[in-house]
Amino acid sequence: MSTKVVKEESMVKQKEMIADHFKKLARAKEEGKKVVYTFVPGNLTELLLAFDCLTVHPEINALQSGMRKKSGEYIAEAERAGHSEDVCTYVKCDIGMLMKGNIGPTGEQLPEPDLLLLSYTGCYTFMKWFELLRERYDCPTVMLQVPYQGDGEITPKMVEYVSRQLREVLVPKLEEITGKQLDEARLQELLASSARSEENLVHVLESAKNRPSPIDAYFGGVYYIGPLFTAFRGTPAAEEYYRMAAEEVDQRVALGLGPVTPEGQLENERFRLVTEGPPNWTHFREFWKMFYDAGAVVVASTYTKVGGTYDRGFRHDPSRPFETLAEYCLGCYTNLNLPDRVNMIADYVRDYHADGFLINSVKSCNSFSAGQLVILRHVEEKCGKPGAFIESDLVDPRYFSPSNIKNRLESYFQMLAQRKGQKVTA
Amino acid sequence: MKCYVGIDLGSTTTKAVVLDEDGGILGRGITNSRSNYDVACEVARNEAFIDARFQLFERELSAVGLGQLAQGFLDDLRQAFRLEQHLAELGELHETCAINGRNFSKEKRLDAALAQIFGTLAEEARDLFGPGTERRSDFFRDIAGSRYMSLSEEIAGDYGFEFEELLGLYDKSIITVENHVSDIEFQDQLGRAVEHTVETAGLIDEEQKRIKDALHSVIPRRLLPVVSVGTGYGRARLPFPKEHIRSEILCHGLGAHATFPGTCTVLDIGGQDTKAIQVDPEGIVTSFQMNDRCAAGCGRYLGYIADEMNVGLHELGPMAMKATRSVRINSTCTVFAGAELRDRLALGQKREDILAGLHRAIMLRAMSLLARSGGVEEEFTFTGGVAKNEAAVAALRELIQENYGERTINISANSIYTGALGAAIFARRSGRGEVDHVGATALEGGLVG
Repeated sequence: MSTKVVKEESMVKQKEMIADHFKKLARAKEEGKKVVYTFVPGNLTELLLAFDCLTVHPEINALQSGMRKKSGEYIAEAERAGHSEDVCTYVKCDIGMLMKGNIGPTGEQLPEPDLLLLSYTGCYTFMKWFELLRERYDCPTVMLQVPYQGDGEITPKMVEYVSRQLREVLVPKLEEITGKQLDEARLQELLASSARSEENLVHVLESAKNRPSPIDAYFGGVYYIGPLFTAFRGTPAAEEYYRMAAEEVDQRVALGLGPVTPEGQLENERFRLVTEGPPNWTHFREFWKMFYDAGAVVVASTYTKVGGTYDRGFRHDPSRPFETLAEYCLGCYTNLNLPDRVNMIADYVRDYHADGFLINSVKSCNSFSAGQLVILRHVEEKCGKPGAFIESDLVDPRYFSPSNIKNRLESYFQMLAQRKGQKVTA
Repeated sequence: MKCYVGIDLGSTTTKAVVLDEDGGILGRGITNSRSNYDVACEVARNEAFIDARFQLFERELSAVGLGQLAQGFLDDLRQAFRLEQHLAELGELHETCAINGRNFSKEKRLDAALAQIFGTLAEEARDLFGPGTERRSDFFRDIAGSRYMSLSEEIAGDYGFEFEELLGLYDKSIITVENHVSDIEFQDQLGRAVEHTVETAGLIDEEQKRIKDALHSVIPRRLLPVVSVGTGYGRARLPFPKEHIRSEILCHGLGAHATFPGTCTVLDIGGQDTKAIQVDPEGIVTSFQMNDRCAAGCGRYLGYIADEMNVGLHELGPMAMKATRSVRINSTCTVFAGAELRDRLALGQKREDILAGLHRAIMLRAMSLLARSGGVEEEFTFTGGVAKNEAAVAALRELIQENYGERTINISANSIYTGALGAAIFARRSGRGEVDHVGATALEGGLVG
């Protein structure tokens, strides 16, 4: 594997944004900023920014630890403290990091939270996770109840139920913690900015409908969703990032270029895939390379919808700030019911002209993996394209077996080639 | 003549299949994969070419009107040849043991001990490879190993040895012998076998002459592998160009389809993975599922059980078939299997019943993969080493009946070669006319009479 990693300008910009954010976090206490720990699905970034709060996303820290090859030791630390092998590895990685001094990805210590905010309850583990953090930090905690889209839709009652919690529980708590009144006009500005970024994100994601696809919507996709799914939604920096990213992909489409990968630009697009499930972070580059080597590009993924299903039309609407935030919480991918997930994947296969789809199943992540085998069968039936199923993990390096995964992927790609009547190569 | 080679480098065994220009199977070869994949590949190929030579003999004898005589005669010839091969390997093992044991102290009479052991092994070999005897194992290691152990145990003390010393000597030496591609002359061995078989076959002079002539007309024919395609776990190790490496999924699908053209669903249980494959009427794979993250319930499980019970792998199936009731076993973890076994023996359950339960447990796991891949369609073909195990097959039949109703279940006696056969078909399809870069070995060059 070459050591030189190819990056686009927007990626460099994103790296700067992240570094800047962690610097701010490191100085938060001395600068009197309030820090809120919260999760990506259903995150209420605009509301928190309206109170000048800084956010920490424990699952992002965990995946960053995974990519920096630190997660193994953190997980071991958490297991020594009694956390079982079956517990979500994001949780153990985060707890282990905390026990080892809570040093963030840039080497600076993360500040303790002033508030733990759970704004999505579709993942039961999130709740338990924050209970552990609450025990540790003994800080105010708000856990919103967000109803599951069991019937495949968001009803007005559900929106009202969540928006009332925002108005009646969360806002007063934030006012109490920060000592500031909510400035609704500011919130609306932030939401309007979000919508502009969202527009460009969708443009980027949908560029994958081109042949060749100018982006990889899974491995590359996680970079594209980064700013919008985390601390930056509603900020000028995010707007600029998405403008840049959209321009970059437009340029690539105009030149007929494939996606940029760490191994270099993908020159010969042989397979187009849709993926379901989160990627593995401990072997992220190695995993991506298996696709690159086969000439496979992911044209759409469900993972890039965990922080919002924007490509299905959702935009933050500044004219109804609380309702729009409620709808956002209700609409993230893992809050969809199984038939809806099946439809979404099958639609992707059709709309993005994919040859097939791949499920990367993570046993310790119930909100994703429960029902994936049913999804596999139903999507196959619906779209008539073959699915593949592999198992790995989020951040536990012990559960990624490169040779086995490679073997399965190779078999899958060769099967696709055979079905497409292409010449088969390993 | 031109031929096409498929090699399936599996985790437990390495198989090779040679096809002729018309796609007919010329030969099959198998060996244990050992730590050295290159050697395993070479040995399996050589075995397949030897087998091909026998096939050519058979064809030639039929062509000259000796077809009726051919079957019995060639079986005997094969046995005689295997005996020659086995004796040569024993000789090499004997020599290697002597070299490896040269540092034992003088009080220990190594030469005499080895002479006694190998003398007995050579004598017994004649019975092992006598006409009509069933082959106990495909591998020299297994055949020689178990008798070497028991003989060493008996005589170690007589020559001043501890049993473990002789055991250690074997373990060290067998690896050397196995990892050495034998250059013992194929021609000589076959020549001797031919003489021996012709003389003892009770043929009249004229028949003897016609047979000899037929054999000698085959001998100078060169078998020229035009293309070789590799598959299996170790495929990346094979010295073939990238386009001649295929995944075992495609090869098993195609191989099963070639053997049983009505095949829709294929189950392959190999050493470390289980594959459920669906193929279309052309043998093209439409979907597949493999075990992930864990190899519980694969072929290696049975190997481990056999070791734990101190019996040969091939004995497990027949033993399990004697069960009068099946003990329910849930765990298919290979490592836990030993504990399950001992625990149940301690509870007074019968070995046969426990084994039947273990076989069913494996198949239950396979059933879930089959379900995942889209179920069991008509017809169903079972391949891989485990398909040779009658108890595994019985459990599978039962479960398929319970879950899917009546299905045609195809099992070929050569099911272990399915992947290699698929690879060979790919070789034939993809490379007709191209000369493969893998050079011909002496064996392919034919037998000089």
